[in-house]
Amino acid sequence: MATARKAISPEQTNLPFAYRQYSPDQLRDVLRKMYLIRRFEEGAEDSYMRGLIHGTMHLSIGQEASAMGICMPLHEDDQITSTHRGHGHCIAKGADVKRMFAEFFGKTTGYCKGRGGSMHIADVAKGNLGANGIVAGGIPIAVGAALSSKRMKTGKVVISFFGDGANNEGAFHEALNMASIWKLPVIFVCENNGYGMSTSTARSTAVKNIADRAAAYSMPGVIVDGNNFSEVAEASQAAVERARAGEGPTLIESKTYRYRGHSKSDRNRYRTKEEIEDWITNRDPILLFETELKEFGIIDEKGIEAVRESVKQEIADGIEFAKQSPAPELSDLGRYVYTEVA
Amino acid sequence: MDTAVRELSYAQAIQEAMALAMEADDRVFLMGEDIGVYGGAFQVTGDLVERFGTDRVMDTPISELGGAGVAVGAAVTGMRPIFEFQFSDFATLGMEQIVNQAAKMRFMLGGEVSVPVVMRFPAGSGTGAAAQHSQSLEAWLGHVPGLKVIQPATPHDAKGMLLAAVADPDPVMIFEHKLLYKMKGPVPEGHYTVPIGKAEIRREGRDLTIVATSIMVHKALEAAEALAGEGMDIEVIDLRSIRPIDRDTVIGSVKKTSKLLCVYEAVKTLGIGAEVSAMIAESEAFDYLDAPIVRLGGAETPIPYNPDLEKATVPQVPDIVAAARDLVKGVR
Ligand SMILES: Cc1ncc(C[n+]2csc(CCOP(=O)(O)OP(=O)(O)O)c2C)c(N)n1
Ligand SMILES: [Mg+2]
Repeated sequence: MATARKAISPEQTNLPFAYRQYSPDQLRDVLRKMYLIRRFEEGAEDSYMRGLIHGTMHLSIGQEASAMGICMPLHEDDQITSTHRGHGHCIAKGADVKRMFAEFFGKTTGYCKGRGGSMHIADVAKGNLGANGIVAGGIPIAVGAALSSKRMKTGKVVISFFGDGANNEGAFHEALNMASIWKLPVIFVCENNGYGMSTSTARSTAVKNIADRAAAYSMPGVIVDGNNFSEVAEASQAAVERARAGEGPTLIESKTYRYRGHSKSDRNRYRTKEEIEDWITNRDPILLFETELKEFGIIDEKGIEAVRESVKQEIADGIEFAKQSPAPELSDLGRYVYTEVA
Repeated sequence: MDTAVRELSYAQAIQEAMALAMEADDRVFLMGEDIGVYGGAFQVTGDLVERFGTDRVMDTPISELGGAGVAVGAAVTGMRPIFEFQFSDFATLGMEQIVNQAAKMRFMLGGEVSVPVVMRFPAGSGTGAAAQHSQSLEAWLGHVPGLKVIQPATPHDAKGMLLAAVADPDPVMIFEHKLLYKMKGPVPEGHYTVPIGKAEIRREGRDLTIVATSIMVHKALEAAEALAGEGMDIEVIDLRSIRPIDRDTVIGSVKKTSKLLCVYEAVKTLGIGAEVSAMIAESEAFDYLDAPIVRLGGAETPIPYNPDLEKATVPQVPDIVAAARDLVKGVR
């Protein structure tokens, strides 16, 4: 990858980061995965409406570029901790939607064997240490994983995803402080979608930008347009390089927006229809990326249609797999509470 | 192989266990507030930092929630942290990571991970540190599936159970009574483990079973000794582990003695005494009971500062003697 970068001619360096950094195949795959995240969530929502999935769920529709941009520079064995709004992170880190659907359907073939559901979706083999039902709960855990990386010299970088609401939890502040004093290879990614449930950042947070808080912990605080894949990937790449070089953590604030309500009980009383419409029409991350890809001649309308078709099929297969999978035995209720010792 | 047995204090026994664990396994390390050059608030880590360096005897900022979370994250990703809370009372600040994360992570992830973290909690009253530095909160954590919760009462067990905890793949919470730190007792050299979940009969007897935890084991033994002079034959069980709890030993003993007295320092209601009592009431031992079960626990107050008030808050030897005597004599 590094040599490919050198081969770029001077005029090409005006291209946005992603188009210098990634091959056309990689970029088309990014588009496919962004579609996969969106259609996965639409599929999950639809299954929920039909009563096939119980509980609740938090959809990240509108935030796909953020998940993809952050995960793009990562290696397979790099790790992430995620949030209640974590489906996108999980897919971006390499999860199979079949096993995600199976988990949402509460089946044994799910990533958590039906014990976790949407809010605890994980894929340990791909480095996703799990979504979290506790706001900011995963942040100190990511710092611990980064400590393991440093002590065991594995070279792994750890991403901690969290929302704007999480930045007012003590865990956030304690974790950033420790990561900084110990110069750990961890990247804090605040996906600022403007609201923690109904409470806007303006009403909840004393600083204008979450990234401003990085100064208090002597680490770079970077603000990116979270709906612009290339911009997110560029910031992530820089933070990953810094982490791998042993220079310590970075706080990235990825400004984005969720289209759907907070969860399944949201009446959207705290924001206007116009605001939502504006983001959907003018700032949709998939549409923006698609348009760019077309502009740069990386994909055409036919190619996009093919991507959509293949994603549609993958989602349908995933739901079918989940439906057909076996449910856990009631007699297995007590399993996984403790490690079974042979 | 012959292993020499020496007299060590409870604190020294813990320190020796931590040193052995770190020597044997590079993944083991210590985290906590002022555990480095300071040696820990109770000098349990002592000079270990000189032997193992600051990477393995790691001072943390005063961040119980974050620190506990870092320990959990390190444990999940291959390390074996031993996290010291400076006082067990500060578990209240780390509760999120202990209860919501450490205890449930394996379960929520369908068995894909283990969380081999050890947390140590200096607990209990008697030091004049008043209400926020003297509590016994072990039952709080004992209520949480996914955790193991132990209370070693002797230097021998403190070492052996800590080594068992480090080897355990799941989160183990160790409550250490602060007044025990200076208590001396025989401790074998080298590596050995004392199983988690197994009670120990400290004194055999036929007239009454006393189930005690932590420092109360010693008070109960003192009481039993005193009552032996009155011709009473009292059995004292050191519970050692409250999750998992050793049902067989307790039920077997009560079937033999037909009488049960529970003695523990934590606040009496909704605690370990209720659990042990219910365990008997629900078991075949119930039919063997010749008297109501009696609990002696902490008063329904915070721990006061005044030394006489402080003593009056938790069971003392004369209280145990009186309760045990009444039970044996059938006064109750
Ligand atoms: C400690 C804690 N407090 C409150 C909640 C309830 N809750 C769940 S998500 C949420 C909002 C979180 O907002 P943010 O961090 O911005 O993430 P977003 O939902 O916007 O992705 C709240 C209040 C919780 N799960 N955990
Ligand atoms: Mg938010």
